[in-house]
Amino acid sequence: MTALLSLDAVSKRFRGLLAVDHVSFAVPEGTIFAVIGPNGAGKTTLFNMIAGAMTPDEGSITFAGKPIDGLPADAVCRRGIARTFQLVRPFPALSAEDNVTIGALLNRHDVGAAQQRAQELLRRLDLFDKRHRRASALTLPDRKRLEVARALATEPRLLLLDEVMAGLRPTETDRMVAILRALNRDSGLTILLIEHVMRAVMALASRVLVLNHGTAIAEGAPEEVVRDPAVVQSYLGAEAE
Amino acid sequence: MRAGLSAGEPRRIAILLAALLAALLAAPWVVNDYLLTVLILILYFAYTGQAWNVMMGFAGQLSLGHAIYVGLAGYVAAMLFTRLGVGPWLGLLAAIPIAAACGAIIGFLAFRFGVAGVYFAILTIAFAEFARIGFDNWGFVNASSGLFLSVKQYGHNDLWQLRGDPTMFYYVILAASALLFALCHLLMRSRVGYFWLAIREDEEAARAVGIDTFRYKMYAVMVSAAVTSFAGVFYAFFYNNLFPEQVFSISRSIEIILGPIIGGVGTLFGPILGAFVLTGLAEALSSSMSAFGLELPGATQVFYGVCLLFVVVALPDGVWPPLARRLGVTKRQR
Repeated sequence: MTALLSLDAVSKRFRGLLAVDHVSFAVPEGTIFAVIGPNGAGKTTLFNMIAGAMTPDEGSITFAGKPIDGLPADAVCRRGIARTFQLVRPFPALSAEDNVTIGALLNRHDVGAAQQRAQELLRRLDLFDKRHRRASALTLPDRKRLEVARALATEPRLLLLDEVMAGLRPTETDRMVAILRALNRDSGLTILLIEHVMRAVMALASRVLVLNHGTAIAEGAPEEVVRDPAVVQSYLGAEAE
Repeated sequence: MRAGLSAGEPRRIAILLAALLAALLAAPWVVNDYLLTVLILILYFAYTGQAWNVMMGFAGQLSLGHAIYVGLAGYVAAMLFTRLGVGPWLGLLAAIPIAAACGAIIGFLAFRFGVAGVYFAILTIAFAEFARIGFDNWGFVNASSGLFLSVKQYGHNDLWQLRGDPTMFYYVILAASALLFALCHLLMRSRVGYFWLAIREDEEAARAVGIDTFRYKMYAVMVSAAVTSFAGVFYAFFYNNLFPEQVFSISRSIEIILGPIIGGVGTLFGPILGAFVLTGLAEALSSSMSAFGLELPGATQVFYGVCLLFVVVALPDGVWPPLARRLGVTKRQR
């Protein structure tokens, strides 16, 4: 399998703090890849560099064979990488359908066609009945799924999910896991998720990278990684002891 | 709320629009000369408010210097008319690209260098002030002495030269307002319109769905400036005089934005309703005061202030959104 996304020795420094320190990994096309780690491990910084919200100080990021590091966020999205935000950011005063329609208009010029695509996605994310509600009036789980729908509407090859399970109840997490798995299975969508909820990581990811203090301390299948002594000590520590 | 794209209930909207248009078309047969002048003023503010709304209501970019586009366009058309005898419609063709280019310069400076929000608004004021002071000292355009368009008694209305009686001007501004309403309606439902709303709502999220926000903000400023330029040409030919202190004054810019704020920013009916409420009531106030022999300079401004206070406190989304719900012309949300 070829890598759809690969990072080569990517670093980011904030003043004195080395937030991400020479991190390298590759996400093969069609897989679900998770990045885990304790708070402050550099996960969101890493995520922002891939999504174009930040530029790496060192190293390179390659997507579908072309370098994307340093590209602005909108150009990254047009290359085929869509993201969600850790703190959800739907367009608040617009209806759920309009939110997703805007995403669908990236690759469509006809508004009617974009609305149709938006309705398909809203149905898929269990939001069809709420499509006329304002995004600001939706519950947090609904807004999280709305962001996923809006990201999917841009027809990405890679979906970046930033703690999309955080704040969800276990049943809602299971539903999200089921939706993401179906998307991956049906359309071969590659997913990179940054996640705290181990229940979701174990259920979804075929490969996991563990970050701690900006460095990659382990990478492998989820079952292997959770048994890794370094990971247990740094991250799962308290619970495992 | 600032209305989204779901305007809904198209039949009721169509009936409402048809009734409004019919009433406005018939108005010159019913009203006296004074009221006709008030109606011209109302439609003028409905037009400029709608034009400003493209930038603020659709794309979320606050301009407090729209007088610059009115003034520039007025001066271009008036100069061409007085010096070269070029008619107002050809003058408009010259004024549109000049106003759009001016908008593009302001937009480029702001958006390229990350000037946003209130700082962008201050930049727009600064440019309007530059223009006011510049024109006030520019001999070529008669500086502070102003420009005058010759007023002769015309036996008939000359639409091509925009010389004639108030009834002709009334129909001209009515047609322009109707056209702009239709244009804004189309823009709101277009791809560009959706992208503008995304930028207005959350610029970073808009970028995350692939929208080149710089480009679409530039479109918003340029379209708004271009359509505003007609108001400048109309102003010059209706009032037949132009003074930099008047046309470029910041109070002119503020007058433009009061209507849409009171009517409802980001809605199509808001600027029209706001113009009727504000200008209509202000004129009613001043004429009833003069009927009682009261002359209070600045009373209109105080009245504007009171209206604005009332709307901000009681109807923060403007008068139109709650009215639209009452009339049943919005899709139920929530």
